[in-house]
Amino acid sequence: MWDYTDKVKEHFLNPKNVGELEGANAVGETGSLSCGDALKLFLKVNENERIIDASFMTFGCASAVASSSALTEIIKGMTLDEAAKVTNDDIADFLGGLPKEKMHCSVMGQAALKKAIADYRGIQILEKPGEMVCECFDVTDLEIIEAVKTNGLETVEDVTNYLKAGGGCGKCLDRIEEIVVETRNETAEKINN
Amino acid sequence: MDVIYTDNNATTKVADEVIREMLPYFGELYGNPSSMYAFGDEVGRKIRKARQKVADLINADPDEIVFTSCGTESDNAAINAAITAFPEKKHLITSEVEHPAIRNLFKYLADKKGYEVTFVPVDKKGRLDMDILYSSMSENTAVISLMWANNETGVIFPIEEVAKKAGEKGILFHTDAVQATGKVAIDVKKAGVDMLSLSGHKIHAPKGVAALYVKKGIKFPAFLIGGHQESGRRGGTENTVSIIGLGKACELAKEHLPLMNTEVRALRDYLETQLLEKIPGTSVNGDRESRLPNTLSIGFDAVEGESILMLLDQKGICASSGSACTSGSLDPSHVLMAMEVPFKSAHGTIRFSLSHYNTKEEMDTIVGTLVPAIERLRMMSPFWKDGKMV
Ligand code: FES
Repeated sequence: MWDYTDKVKEHFLNPKNVGELEGANAVGETGSLSCGDALKLFLKVNENERIIDASFMTFGCASAVASSSALTEIIKGMTLDEAAKVTNDDIADFLGGLPKEKMHCSVMGQAALKKAIADYRGIQILEKPGEMVCECFDVTDLEIIEAVKTNGLETVEDVTNYLKAGGGCGKCLDRIEEIVVETRNETAEKINN
Repeated sequence: MDVIYTDNNATTKVADEVIREMLPYFGELYGNPSSMYAFGDEVGRKIRKARQKVADLINADPDEIVFTSCGTESDNAAINAAITAFPEKKHLITSEVEHPAIRNLFKYLADKKGYEVTFVPVDKKGRLDMDILYSSMSENTAVISLMWANNETGVIFPIEEVAKKAGEKGILFHTDAVQATGKVAIDVKKAGVDMLSLSGHKIHAPKGVAALYVKKGIKFPAFLIGGHQESGRRGGTENTVSIIGLGKACELAKEHLPLMNTEVRALRDYLETQLLEKIPGTSVNGDRESRLPNTLSIGFDAVEGESILMLLDQKGICASSGSACTSGSLDPSHVLMAMEVPFKSAHGTIRFSLSHYNTKEEMDTIVGTLVPAIERLRMMSPFWKDGKMV
């Protein structure tokens, strides 16, 4: 059994802001049925770019539901600029932490939020920069490098916990390992110099 | 809160009769069964009786039973014995849906020891591809290992038929019967298997005790080298108390076999029918004709397993899920993947596995809990709209 905090359990059992949001003018979607989890985020944004309401629909485990619920609570009342700064760690912190194997649930929240903001502003999220590493979960090398640097990830397992990359068919595992080693070596060199 | 336990393929409650049988051997009867005085021999005699009871359950002879610590040890010992007996043969056969105790061992033998392994696929109902199985048997095959019944879906393999074919070709045949023991009748002589694994904690004995049947005449080198215990095949002082418990559990399993195939089966069928009737978008995994009487693997479209389990847990209901949400990987189990169960229901698969301790009231509570739970999760699911998958 996962060691979920009471806050995670509470947000799973009594999630806030569930369902389609009538009058939503921004929608962000991420994940898929084959991945095993997915999130659809709805926002109602006023003319001052303030989020006056938010809701979600989630397919996934208890921490996916809790993360989605937490996200909507966090961003309600924020301006889009403020919301754009919300990170997956903010979501996890709001819940009193998530098991490390479930960090990707909070990452999914952050990704859906980014997409919803882009949707409102009419910005097309272009093809992701970088080279595709994990096709199962649509993760590029740049995303892995970024995650390794900002979260201090050390192993392939950490990367899978954060980004899900490598959690499907597994054929990308070797490449992820290479990237982790390279990135960590680079960071170490920088510190030493 | 009362617990409703429907995860008996994972482990079982130790039967009261088994506990009673073991208790004196924790206390006043602590002698070493190998010692040369009556105080120890009394324990030795009890172990001989236990060995007889294990043998009786599967129609073996007592000296064909080796006590081990778990199903995994039995499986490993069997396969290692087989490849040691035929060092010149470099091919092995198993299925794609075996328990990790066999699956990972065979993968290891392929990756690290240079064996060529055929993992026989299964069809959508979890049935073996017999053409591939038979055509892959060759003179170079050292051993075939197939589970008697699958732990997730309960699907039963045609062991007798395969064992016969293997015998004709001079190939050793091992079956992992950990999940089948106590649920269907097992007769090793009739089935014609060379080795068979069974485990105590799946049949109401404690954890940490199991057995391996080795047919007389099969070359079986010692795998724990030490004292003369287990006819020199597995040295080390016997796990006396647990072995005594296993003996009693086997005696009870034999007694309860008819119950398993009438009352328990009826309960399982009742649960299955109720769920199919009351929850749309629901499907049963595995061959419903040839299946263990206590097992139900059932998938609910558009919802995810762990979430279902957590809602069941709120009511004290214990079951298990068909997806491996234990690591970063959210993939459905290798068994469901091998059966090509569609993602839409594989992720939402729950396994209920019953025992004769379950009641009809419990089944009603499960149904009464699941119906609103699935409804609730579907209300949240982006893949469910107006009563169907989108
Ligand atoms: S490509 Fe990364 S898990 Fe399949």
